[in-house]
Amino acid sequence: MNNDKLIIGGHEFNSRFILGSGKFSLDMTKAVIENGGVEMATLALRRANNGGEENILDYIPEGITLLPNTSGARNAEEAVRIARLSKELGCGDFVKIEVVRDSKYLLPDNYETIKATEILAKEGFIVMPYMYPDLITARELVNAGASAIMPLAAPIGSNRGLVTKEFIKILVEEIDLPIIVDAGIGKPSQACEAMEMGVDAIMANTAVATSGNIPMMAEAFKLAIIAGRMAYLSGIGRVLENKGEASSPLTGFLND
Amino acid sequence: MRINGKTISLKEEIKLSDFLEQNGYNINRVAVEKNGNIIPRAKFLTEIINDNDIIEVVSFVGGG
Repeated sequence: MNNDKLIIGGHEFNSRFILGSGKFSLDMTKAVIENGGVEMATLALRRANNGGEENILDYIPEGITLLPNTSGARNAEEAVRIARLSKELGCGDFVKIEVVRDSKYLLPDNYETIKATEILAKEGFIVMPYMYPDLITARELVNAGASAIMPLAAPIGSNRGLVTKEFIKILVEEIDLPIIVDAGIGKPSQACEAMEMGVDAIMANTAVATSGNIPMMAEAFKLAIIAGRMAYLSGIGRVLENKGEASSPLTGFLND
Repeated sequence: MRINGKTISLKEEIKLSDFLEQNGYNINRVAVEKNGNIIPRAKFLTEIINDNDIIEVVSFVGGG
């Protein structure tokens, strides 16, 4: 397991739990990151408040890779604008592209996401597009220069779990980039199940932020993701459809 | 001028860095766009803004 690294855009990570930093208080950020064994966390870009409000960057421990998202973007042009502004804040080259035009289910616009990926990859960004799990789109994103693919499990913030499981499986089988399930995962068992399928990492935010004990839930996710990864690397045992098979020896019974 | 969607009046030209400081922004934690173009942090000290400019000042917040 020590040599089992997640590699995104040439950067190595030991943790396969990417944390979304929204919806919980700033002073909890450090505990959540530490309990979750998190090495990468997302941020959003918004109009700054004047008057010396506290900044999230002061609450994220050293050494954490920051992944700014383009939330709020409704098309490729806006995503590119947000990504470029984020880069000016001096936190590296990573960007999670998020282009959402649908205000009810918050589903991503795959077409605009491909366009933004192409532009930003050419500019040297390490592009991680959030997308609806569609194989054709994923292939286009690979061609556009993406460094990972981030299919949704269910609508953002819904905690509904692996609703798109079969389609994420197809991406795992067909796409050579890291597949990171992002959005919709509601509890550790669902993260574990995705990891058992061969997904490379899990991104979660709402599942942690809406739990009863936020730092403890971060740790539960860490353990579930590790368990799922170990199970995947071990190779899942086979399934018998129409019969059972004894686990104990079938010889040497007392009444033989 | 317009700053983050609000109209204010700027009596005279001012250096961007002075404007940000006077208005309570943390210079080390913001990125700035003037009339649609990003102003690199290295130019905050020399960039001049006036009452015709449209300025966006952004920073990171928590988000997924």
